Amino acid sequence: MILLWYILIPAAAAPLAWLLSRSQPQVARWVAVGGTALPLALVTWQWVSEAGALRAAFTAHGPGAAGLVQGTWLAHVHAAWISPLGISFFLAEDGLTLIMLVLTFAMGLLAVIASWRGITERVGFFHFMILWTTAALAGVFLSLDLFLFYFFFEMMLIPMYFVIALWGHERRVYAAVKFFIFTQASGLLMLIAILALYFIHGRATGTYTFDFTQLLGTRMPSATAFLLMLGFFAAFAVKLPVFPLHTWLPDAHTEAPTAGSVILAGVLIKIGAYGMIRFMVPLFPQATFDFRTVAMILAVIGIIYGAVMAYAQRDLKRLVAYTSVSHMGFVLLGIFAWNTLALQGVVLQIVCHALSTGALFILVGTLQDRIHTRDMTKMGGLWAIAPRMGGTAMFFALASLGLPGLGNFVAEFLILLGTWQVSKWAAVLGALGLVFATVYALWMMQRAFQGEETHALRFHDLVPRETGMYAALIAALVVLGFYPQPLIATARQTVTAVQQITAGTPLSSQANVAAQLIVAAGETQAEAIVADRAPTDGER
Amino acid sequence: MLQLLWTVPALPAAGFVVLALLNRRLSRRAAALIGAGFVGLSAVVAMLIAVSFIASPPPGHAYHQVLWTWFDTGGLRPQIAFYLDAMSVIFILVITVVGFLIHLYSTEFMERDEGFTRFFMYMNLFVASMLVLVLADNLLLLYLGWEGVGLCSYLLIAFWQKDVKNVYAGRKAFIITRVGDTALIVGLFLLFTQLHTLEIQPLMAGAAKNWATGSGVAVAAAALLLGGAVGKSAQLPLQTWLPDAMAGPTPVSALIHAATMVTAGVYLIARTNVLFTLAPDVRLAVAIIGTVTLLYACFSALAQHDIKRVLAYSTMSQIGYMFLALGVAGWSAAIFHFMTHAFFKALLFLAAGVVIEALGGEHDIFKMGGLRRKLPVAFWAFIIGAASLSALPLITDGFYSKDLIIETSLGAVDGNAWLWLGALAGSLLTSIYAFRLVFVVFFGDQQTPVTLRPRWRMQLPLVVLSVLSVVGGLVWLPGWMGGFHPLETFLDTALPVTQTVASSFAYTGVSALLTSLVAVVGVALATVWLVESRAALKDFAARPTPHALQEFWLHGWGFDWLYEHVFVIPVKWFARVSRNDLVEPAVSGIAWLNVQAWRALSASQNGLLRVYIGVAGVGLAIIVAFVVLR
Repeated sequence: MILLWYILIPAAAAPLAWLLSRSQPQVARWVAVGGTALPLALVTWQWVSEAGALRAAFTAHGPGAAGLVQGTWLAHVHAAWISPLGISFFLAEDGLTLIMLVLTFAMGLLAVIASWRGITERVGFFHFMILWTTAALAGVFLSLDLFLFYFFFEMMLIPMYFVIALWGHERRVYAAVKFFIFTQASGLLMLIAILALYFIHGRATGTYTFDFTQLLGTRMPSATAFLLMLGFFAAFAVKLPVFPLHTWLPDAHTEAPTAGSVILAGVLIKIGAYGMIRFMVPLFPQATFDFRTVAMILAVIGIIYGAVMAYAQRDLKRLVAYTSVSHMGFVLLGIFAWNTLALQGVVLQIVCHALSTGALFILVGTLQDRIHTRDMTKMGGLWAIAPRMGGTAMFFALASLGLPGLGNFVAEFLILLGTWQVSKWAAVLGALGLVFATVYALWMMQRAFQGEETHALRFHDLVPRETGMYAALIAALVVLGFYPQPLIATARQTVTAVQQITAGTPLSSQANVAAQLIVAAGETQAEAIVADRAPTDGER
Repeated sequence: MLQLLWTVPALPAAGFVVLALLNRRLSRRAAALIGAGFVGLSAVVAMLIAVSFIASPPPGHAYHQVLWTWFDTGGLRPQIAFYLDAMSVIFILVITVVGFLIHLYSTEFMERDEGFTRFFMYMNLFVASMLVLVLADNLLLLYLGWEGVGLCSYLLIAFWQKDVKNVYAGRKAFIITRVGDTALIVGLFLLFTQLHTLEIQPLMAGAAKNWATGSGVAVAAAALLLGGAVGKSAQLPLQTWLPDAMAGPTPVSALIHAATMVTAGVYLIARTNVLFTLAPDVRLAVAIIGTVTLLYACFSALAQHDIKRVLAYSTMSQIGYMFLALGVAGWSAAIFHFMTHAFFKALLFLAAGVVIEALGGEHDIFKMGGLRRKLPVAFWAFIIGAASLSALPLITDGFYSKDLIIETSLGAVDGNAWLWLGALAGSLLTSIYAFRLVFVVFFGDQQTPVTLRPRWRMQLPLVVLSVLSVVGGLVWLPGWMGGFHPLETFLDTALPVTQTVASSFAYTGVSALLTSLVAVVGVALATVWLVESRAALKDFAARPTPHALQEFWLHGWGFDWLYEHVFVIPVKWFARVSRNDLVEPAVSGIAWLNVQAWRALSASQNGLLRVYIGVAGVGLAIIVAFVVLR
């Protein structure tokens, strides 16, 4: 039941915000705060109370430990919807879903707070759109019926389009249309794949259903499976985004208002990762394995190309947008590595990237509100004018480049370590991406905040509202940097479960086989040559 | 007492947090007290721990303290935990004590700077990171400290960030060391995947048990770790950042580049010595890199005219000596030289800072001169430092450690005549450039007036470091002097004993003689060239070949130029041409095609009835033909 609230609360608050703000725009903001803070509180409460269940659900050795197949969810709602077509209203929540929900509501709340002074026109309608997006996002993460998933997937496009097109910057309409077409077109490819899967399963078993748990393990020729996997991959690859389908992202992120960018970068693009982990790989493990090399190449290109592109930009917001491309390259790498280390890294990267990049977008947005430009050539020496802002920017730039002690480092390290066990060259090139990350992060700091102050800019430093936001994000990143275990423990159930689903396919056996070989090798090499370390009489 | 180990890094870290949170609200006095005070406290604790460790050593001569588990997934379970053995004790003593002296010095040096609090914030973070690095019990925590010091060196080099040149120098340092860090992190991947742990002691034991000497995996692991070490320690080929790093305030140079950060590579190799023992080829590479770098740096130092750049190249060359020692398995000898080098290099930098401040910010040694009467404390400090650097016999600590290294480079099992010759030649060059500096700066005619005199907070560290630079070497006397070597005995509990083929009284005695001779000859040559016949030297340097050579050495043998053209310019070019995204034309192309199709189709909507009828007629004809011909 609680799952319904996650969707209903923001969905109900949405029109409420619009209607109530006819007389008083400020009301809309507070309704929006409530519409996101309330589900956030709910999901946090659920997280804390289910912590024990999550730990118990995970036993390292049991085969039926926790599983999508066995249906041991934290919560679920399963009601018939359009039974003749096999469509059910199936929502389910496990560890990964929980994390994504926390992220969705937190980012939504952050977006609302960040726009407190930034949005001044059509305030009610704006918050209507934001809340609608939040509701749709919650729906995406909760759905396990493929039709329902597609429903929410498409639904979140519409409010996002409006957010970019109505409250964005100079090229907002172009960016919004581009965003919409890219996502819609790839979504249609996914729809075709879903329908194909529906029919194939129906013909094979006689049951026509969109229920994901029943569609798992559908038998089909490998060529068909590969095509269907590509259909899903297309949608998620555009969302993530994967090079070369990434060109919508810089435009959309740059032209969107701050709240839009925060939700886009913080949650929307993570749907790509979520979709791959939840749906694409478990449905088509063999096809994923066949596609692995290509995907890893694209991932590595994304990491390095994204970073170089970021370095090349003159528009500060565009620079931050390209860093998203680079970081999501790591995510793609980790997903296709498909072992515990890499997947845990992916989950952690999802959360930490949202926090650090969200903060950077807010920072850039508030900077633009102050000096009315995003052009870095018109900036310089801003640290002296606004030292708190400079220090905050430095912190998040360091998070972006993966400084140890912050969550992003643990995430990227786990991903690369997991990748190394599958493909050494991909891990090495990914690690090289960290050097490029340093290049763009430090360049951003130098060009905008350091150096000589040449443009006679004067503006005020951070206000308490902003300081509070950043402080929360900084604290979160530092805690995740030194103690990410709660997040890891929460995701462990899902990570184990999805690997169990693909067990027995070449995808997961590689790491397992390798692990077994190492154990065996250790025992036989016990008699190997031991290095000579005993002191001889050559002592001085 | 050993349970207080965690406070040693925690105190400076707390200092960082306090200074960061209270930044604007602190007076200079408070910031200085907090900044220097926390490091001072840390030094006190470190000394107490050292005493306790030496007086009553823990079982196995190692102490392990676990704070919490960092994370636990997929078999990887690093902890925030500290490991203390003899080597760590030496390191934390040097870091905290020398660090405190430099902090004290900075309270006066930076007193007129507007970023005073920010400075101490970064300095505290730096000391904390370095302590984490040397105390870490696993390689991942070590890597955290490793990057932490890299970060702080960037922040502090770029400290005067209004000048873009300083920011650029900081960026350069961070990026180049990050290239090395990439090698290190790949090494971590390899080690964990092979041996299933990143904890250092189990890792070393596992490697010793499972890997054959010279096996591919050992060579790969050692080589990757060496890659990381080379970057951090500014050895060839990742050394170009160190001279430019002198853009930061002088205390920063003293702390980071002389006493601590650049020695992180030395620490790493010494800590993972088992891997290097298992990969003798890589160890030889370490020695060769060390020797080549030390010669490279000596020649470069001879041509510099910025006082800090001379000292920077000098650091590079002394680290080369440490690498040389490590390469021939002189593990303890390298640590001994680390300790003595910390004393005299910090001394030299701090004295240089006094000179620079006194002359109102002048760095060019040829605009200095005649300062020996005006700045006596700095003068004597500099003399002692330069003497120690040159390894003048018996009265300096540098002599004992450098002699030990030179002796080991030939006398160890893996010793080699070429390495030994290189080390000796380097020693000769070292004394030449060191005393060149002394004579040019402190003798001769005064070119720039003295406008500021140092007070006690800058003078006291100089005095303390001078004393240490003289007596610091007496903890390890060579064999022919009586064999009093408590430091060696102490370090033998942590590091393998160096195996030597030549260590007799005669051998060590002759070696010491040669080292002394070389040092003294160097000083003599410097005196002749720079004091007696400075004019003749100038004429010689003006001739084409010597001048070209000087320019070549001045610019670090062209490495900057090389890297600029091979790496920087291509990347910048690529960034510029693909600024609007290489894939964008494809996307716009699709849009363009659509527009063309629209144009074509809308051209057919021309409102002319005859055209519509014509098209309909043609269409009808086609359909009829289809049906008929089916």
